Amino acid sequence: MEVNFWDPKIETMPQQDLKALQLEKLKKVVTLVYERVPHYRKKFEEAKVKPEDIKSLEDVVRLPFTTKDDLFVDYPYGLLAVPLEEVVRLHTSSGTTGKPKALFFTKKDVDAQAELIARNLVMTGTTRGDVLQNSMTYGLFTGALVMHYGAEKLGVLVIPAGPGNTERQIELMKTFGTTCFHMTPSYALYVASVILNKGLDPKRDLRIKRAYLGAEPYSEETRKKIEELLGIDVYNCYGLSEMGGPGVGFECVYKEGLHIWEDAFLVEIINPETGEPVKEGEIGELVLTSLNREGMPLIRYRTRDLTFFFTEPCACGRTHRRISRILGRADDMFIVRGVNIFPQQIESVLMGIKGVAENYQIVLENYDEMIVRVEIDREFFDGRIERLLKLKEEIVEKLREAILVKPKVELLEPGTLPVSEGKAKRVIDKRTL
Amino acid sequence: MYKVEIISIFVENKPGKLEKITKLLAEAYINILGFSITDARDFGIIKFLVDKPKEAYELFKKNGFVVALNPALGIEMKDKPGGLYEVVKFISSKGINIENALVYVAESREKAYFIFEVENFEEALKKLKDNGFELLKLV
Repeated sequence: MEVNFWDPKIETMPQQDLKALQLEKLKKVVTLVYERVPHYRKKFEEAKVKPEDIKSLEDVVRLPFTTKDDLFVDYPYGLLAVPLEEVVRLHTSSGTTGKPKALFFTKKDVDAQAELIARNLVMTGTTRGDVLQNSMTYGLFTGALVMHYGAEKLGVLVIPAGPGNTERQIELMKTFGTTCFHMTPSYALYVASVILNKGLDPKRDLRIKRAYLGAEPYSEETRKKIEELLGIDVYNCYGLSEMGGPGVGFECVYKEGLHIWEDAFLVEIINPETGEPVKEGEIGELVLTSLNREGMPLIRYRTRDLTFFFTEPCACGRTHRRISRILGRADDMFIVRGVNIFPQQIESVLMGIKGVAENYQIVLENYDEMIVRVEIDREFFDGRIERLLKLKEEIVEKLREAILVKPKVELLEPGTLPVSEGKAKRVIDKRTL
Repeated sequence: MYKVEIISIFVENKPGKLEKITKLLAEAYINILGFSITDARDFGIIKFLVDKPKEAYELFKKNGFVVALNPALGIEMKDKPGGLYEVVKFISSKGINIENALVYVAESREKAYFIFEVENFEEALKKLKDNGFELLKLV
C-alpha cells in the first residue's frame, strides 16, 4: 500500500514527543482562556483549578468540561479569546432548538484547519493535479469551506459544486474529470445510483478515484456499497464545527479507524455518565480540547459522539491515535444493574454472529432484566432446534463478554420488529422505579 | 427413493400461530399426515408430514414464514406391544441418532410409520435399507 505524508515529521512523531508537545500546548491554551475568557475563568474557579496546576497531561481531568450549554453563555461573542478585530470567520452549527452555536476563527485558525485537511487529503493519496468536487453546503456550515481551503492549500483544483442538483453534479464530474468528491454518505449513495441508472460506466465514463464522506454517521456496509457501485475508495472523515469542522479525524489508506491529529487536539474518551476516562479500547464519549485555536479555544468539549480508541499502532506509520467511526450519541446510553451500556455495543456483537438478521430490540424490564430480542436470518433455519438453541447460547455468551451483563435472548421471526429507519427505537425501557 | 420430506416452521410463541399455519394448509387442500411441536419457551418448531411437501414449503415461504424442508426416513411399525421398541432398537443398532420424530398412521389405518430426521440422511438410508424393515416412500 502506498503511504504518503504531507508533514512526515509531525505525522510520525514518536508518541512521547507528541505528548510533550501536547502538554506544552495545553498549558498555553489553558492559560489563554483563563486570562482572556471570563466564563472559563469562572468555571476554573468553581472547579478550584488554576493554569499552573496543569503539570502533566493526566492533570487535564482536573479541568472542567465544556458542554454545548457553555457555548450559549455570553452569546455570541463571550467565549472569544481575542479581540473581535482578529476574527475573520464565523461558522454556525445548527442547534436542534433555538439559536445556532456560533464558532469564530482567526486567520491563523482558518489556516491551521486547512493544514489538517491538506494532511488528510495527502494521506489518502490525493495530490496536486487531482480535481476535487466539493458537494457539501457552502455557507454557515463548516463542511464545504474548510475542505475548500484545505484542498486549495494542497494545490488541488476545487470545483465548488455545493450540494444538490444531481444532474449537474454528474455533468461536472464528466466535463472536468473529477477525481475525488466530498459529500454526505446518504447523498453519495443517491448520486451513485443515479450515475448507474443513467447507464454510465463509472470506470469508463468517469475518472473518480476516491470520495470523502462525512458529516453524518454511516456504517461499514454503506461504505462498501458506495465503493462497489462506483469502483472507488471511500474515506470516512470526522469533524464538528466546534473543533473547526471536517478534518479532525480522517482515515488513512488502511481504512481502519480515523487518525485524530493529536498535535491539534487533546483526545479523551470518557464514560458519559461519570465523566471518568474509560479503559483504552472501551466505548465512550469523545472529548476534545483544541490545542491550536486562538480565536475561540474550547477545553474538554463534550462532543456527545460515541467512539473507542484502537489500541494497535497503525500500519501506515502515523503515531496519532485512531478512533472508530462514530457509533452513536452519548444520549443513547442506558444503565442495567449498574453497568453503562450503549445500544451500539450490542449491535456490533449481534452483527458479528452468523444467523442473526439486521433488526434487534432491547427491552428493559423490572428488576433490571435485559431482554435482547433478535430476528433470525431466514437462511440460517434448517429445521433443527439444536442449531437455534446453540445460536441463542452464542448470543447470550458473546453479549455477556461484551457488556458484562447476562441478558435474556429471544429469537424472533424476521419482520417482527419495526424496521430501522435511521434512528429506530432500539431500547424500550419498561422499568418503573 | 425411500424418502419422506418434513416441513419445519420456526414460530415465536404467540397465540394464534398454529391456527394461521393450519388454515393455510387447509385452504391449499394440503393434507396433514402427521405433525409434532417442539417448544423452546420463547420459540418453537412445528413439523409437518404432508401429502404435498414441496407445495406446502413454497406456500409457507410465500407467506413469510421461516421454513425448511428436510428429508426424513419412515419405518413401518407393527401394531402390537413392543412395535416402537423394535424399530427404535433397530435404528440405534445401526448407530443412527434420531434428531426428531413423529408418527404417521396410513390412510388404511392398518399401518403406522415411525418418521424421523437424522443428521446425515444418505448415510442413514444406506445403513437401514434391506434389513427386513419396510421403509416408507412418499417422495
